[in-house]
Amino acid sequence: MYKAVIGLEVHCELKTKSKMFSPSLNEYNPSPNQNISVIDLAFPGILPLPNKEAIRKAIKLSLALNCEVPNEVMFDRKNYYYADLPKGYQLTQMTKPFGKNGYLDINVQDKIKRVTIHQLHLEEDSASLDHHDGYSLIDYNRAGIPLVEIVTDPVFNNENEVIEFLENLRSIIKYCDISDASSDKGELRVDVNISMMKETDTELGIRAEIKNINSFNSVKETILYEIKRQREILEGGGKVKQETRRWVDEEKVTVGMREKIEAVDYKYYVEPNIPVVKLDNEFINEIKESIPVLPQERLQKYISLGVMVKDAKTLVKTKEVSDYFEETLRLGADAKEASNWITTRILGFMNTKNKTINEIYTTPQMLVSLINMIKSSKISTQQGKEVLELSLTEEKTPEEIVKEKGMEQISDDNVIRELVNKVLDENKAQVDTYKGGKTNIVGFFVGQILKASGGKANPSTTNKILMEELEKR
Amino acid sequence: MKYKGSITELRNLIDSGVSSEEIFKDVIENAYETNKTYNEFVTIIDKYNSMESDSILKGIPYSLKDNFSTKDILTTGSSNILKDYVPVFDSTVYRKLKESGAVLVGKTTLDELAMGGSGLTAHTGKVYNPFDITRIPGGSSAGSAVSVALGLVPFSIGSDTGDSVRKPASYCGVVGFKPTYGRISRWGLFPFASSLDHVGIFARNVRDVSIVTDTLKGFDSLDMTTLPNEDIKYSDNLDNDVSGKKLFYIKEIIESANKEDTKETIKIFKETIEKLRNKGIVIEEVGFDKSLLEAIYPVYFIISCAEATSNNSNLTGFIFGPRESGKTPEEVMKNTRTKGFTEMIKRRFVIGSYILQRENQEKLFLNAKRVRRMIVEKINELFKEYDGLILPASGGVAPKITNEEVDKLDDNFLILENHLCIGNFGGYPSITLPMGYVENMPVGINLTCAAKEDGVCLNIAKFIDDNIKEVK
Repeated sequence: MYKAVIGLEVHCELKTKSKMFSPSLNEYNPSPNQNISVIDLAFPGILPLPNKEAIRKAIKLSLALNCEVPNEVMFDRKNYYYADLPKGYQLTQMTKPFGKNGYLDINVQDKIKRVTIHQLHLEEDSASLDHHDGYSLIDYNRAGIPLVEIVTDPVFNNENEVIEFLENLRSIIKYCDISDASSDKGELRVDVNISMMKETDTELGIRAEIKNINSFNSVKETILYEIKRQREILEGGGKVKQETRRWVDEEKVTVGMREKIEAVDYKYYVEPNIPVVKLDNEFINEIKESIPVLPQERLQKYISLGVMVKDAKTLVKTKEVSDYFEETLRLGADAKEASNWITTRILGFMNTKNKTINEIYTTPQMLVSLINMIKSSKISTQQGKEVLELSLTEEKTPEEIVKEKGMEQISDDNVIRELVNKVLDENKAQVDTYKGGKTNIVGFFVGQILKASGGKANPSTTNKILMEELEKR
Repeated sequence: MKYKGSITELRNLIDSGVSSEEIFKDVIENAYETNKTYNEFVTIIDKYNSMESDSILKGIPYSLKDNFSTKDILTTGSSNILKDYVPVFDSTVYRKLKESGAVLVGKTTLDELAMGGSGLTAHTGKVYNPFDITRIPGGSSAGSAVSVALGLVPFSIGSDTGDSVRKPASYCGVVGFKPTYGRISRWGLFPFASSLDHVGIFARNVRDVSIVTDTLKGFDSLDMTTLPNEDIKYSDNLDNDVSGKKLFYIKEIIESANKEDTKETIKIFKETIEKLRNKGIVIEEVGFDKSLLEAIYPVYFIISCAEATSNNSNLTGFIFGPRESGKTPEEVMKNTRTKGFTEMIKRRFVIGSYILQRENQEKLFLNAKRVRRMIVEKINELFKEYDGLILPASGGVAPKITNEEVDKLDDNFLILENHLCIGNFGGYPSITLPMGYVENMPVGINLTCAAKEDGVCLNIAKFIDDNIKEVK
């Protein structure tokens, strides 16, 4: 029996105003070669200008992934010739990467698995190439965009673990405001290293590296395909080639790109134009403090507050929704209750209207006041649903709606007693039936009373007074 | 030539009513003539251009080495690979000079991509020494040194990675100064070896060099290695009292002189320091580890080749410069680089690439960096006690142009001709001044001071210059 051993290299483009070493804009531009400068194009005489915000974000992610952070900032040149690399070298981190020996705990089938992170480093992206028949076009918009590369140890054994890790990683990246991590724009790209070994083997098998996979779904398909491909080779007595492959999404296969006879020598050396800058504790602490409570921690908290696991996962999926929920908790809402309203009503509304939670009218404060109105029996749960719907669509506060619609419940004992007696007087025959021992007729009276109140009578008060009055008769 | 002189002299002429455009025309008229003989210019500027300013340099003509990026003006690095390259941006040095109103008259010839010390390897041909056209001018800033030596311009800008300003200054009988690493921005200077590259200035006297340094120095947000601004003008502090200043020379360097013309140079050097001693400067002999001195050239060569091969990897013909054809992008690159560089440059790149290979890095590159640090630490130690290091700038006069290879490991050459690299290893301010003549050829003296002590360096240099002139 063979088992798969999988390691990942995840590339994530950072969200910054400008590029890693130049003042060119770092933003998606569908029109080629717009966000460029002499630095990105490597004209003779240019020098790199490191982006402090990118450095801050890389260190932030490093800390969020429990990595060791170095004591100074240093960049290295990775030297190689390729059409997408204007300088003929890429500025990256080799000597002192921003993160080493980190980890991320993920939850797979209700068990905690620790994914160890070998290294995290900051580098610049290359240009993008567009191959045509007989010629290629180069777009330098991407050249120089800050990129963090996260390298895991080969610790995964199946696609589910990998996807769970990637989902977790992506939410941390988003929580820390490091990147939008959108696959569509190629902001998150994954290289998968995969090999097969027998359970009894002590050494890893020969691995294939599948480069530049754009979506998590393709990552999953790639792994399943490669496991099958490599297993068939091995079980047929063959040998897996050490090579770089790529995923062809249209055909759902991986194809070989180049064989790795031996590793390429990139002749790394320290970039001489960037003086070594010490990372002082103050700077690091400042970054540490800017890291929000991360999704895993929030998830545990919500579950412990009684929120269903499924709903808790939904809540922590994006930081904005989770922050919204946290705010309702801070304002004193019951966790379960608030979670119900958010995961069903509010998220439903957001989905149909294609809005984010920050774009809806109803604030956490309003939601809490709605919940309180129900709790204090001012309105019924059923009415509450209507009020929230109207608050979202008509952009009014729940109080305004309750007032406008005259929804306030009647809880005044005297008013209700009057209604009760009126209904009992009008339905003498049914009162006799009740007195004759058919007590299940109570529901009829309650219905009549609520109807008479226009639905506003508080059901439990009504019940209580009805029983009292029936006794008197 | 009608208008010839120092910055101050030309300033006075302009202030008294001579138009700077007239001076410019006089300069380029003569430059076209001298260029036929000496080949000091790649490009002679034909359009007078001087921005409004109240700088002392307003209207003063100058030349600029052809490895400084000048927007809309051809900049070749004296290499075929950039023979048609017209930059789209200005180097900080050029921008500052433009803003001071100084008038660019030409881009000067260099050894291809600043790699070389002869002045003979430009894509436009050899540059010749104004004192004797059978001799080299020295390099790599050959054209800059020659344009000042000929009196065409009062100052010229060069670059200095090993001795590329200070050696040609010695061979051509002018002053050549390289301030502290980071004093002048390298933005827009075509890189040779980034950790050793300096901007340097040629002029005919220390005052002019100081005036230009004052204009060029300062923090530049485009060059992270630039030093913070300091509130001092070097040209205002040239006549400070220097009596009691302590200098040293290295015994082993002086003793390595073993050739006839070298001995003559050493004799002049010794006479010069004797004069200075009599004027109140303390000059002492200091011993230095000879094996470290012998390591200077190999260390320089290893570091500079390694950095150069990476720095010049952008020259592929893809984005700028001439492009050769090819079936694949790789072929285009290969053909462009094969055709664009001369054999000497390719050799350096191959060596640099070899040095950076994983299996060689530790032994060659990292060890060279360690030795560099050892030398710098020793010199820094000496600078605690002494204000400067004084030595002959070269072992002898400018060599004859021959096809014979110099034996670079010969004792005389190895130490005596390479010690100026110390200035680049430590980023020290270092200046070469004319100190006399051997067989009617100039020889220079060099003063190197502690990092950031540019003011002290120029102050002492001015004193030395004044006293040498006095006796001459």
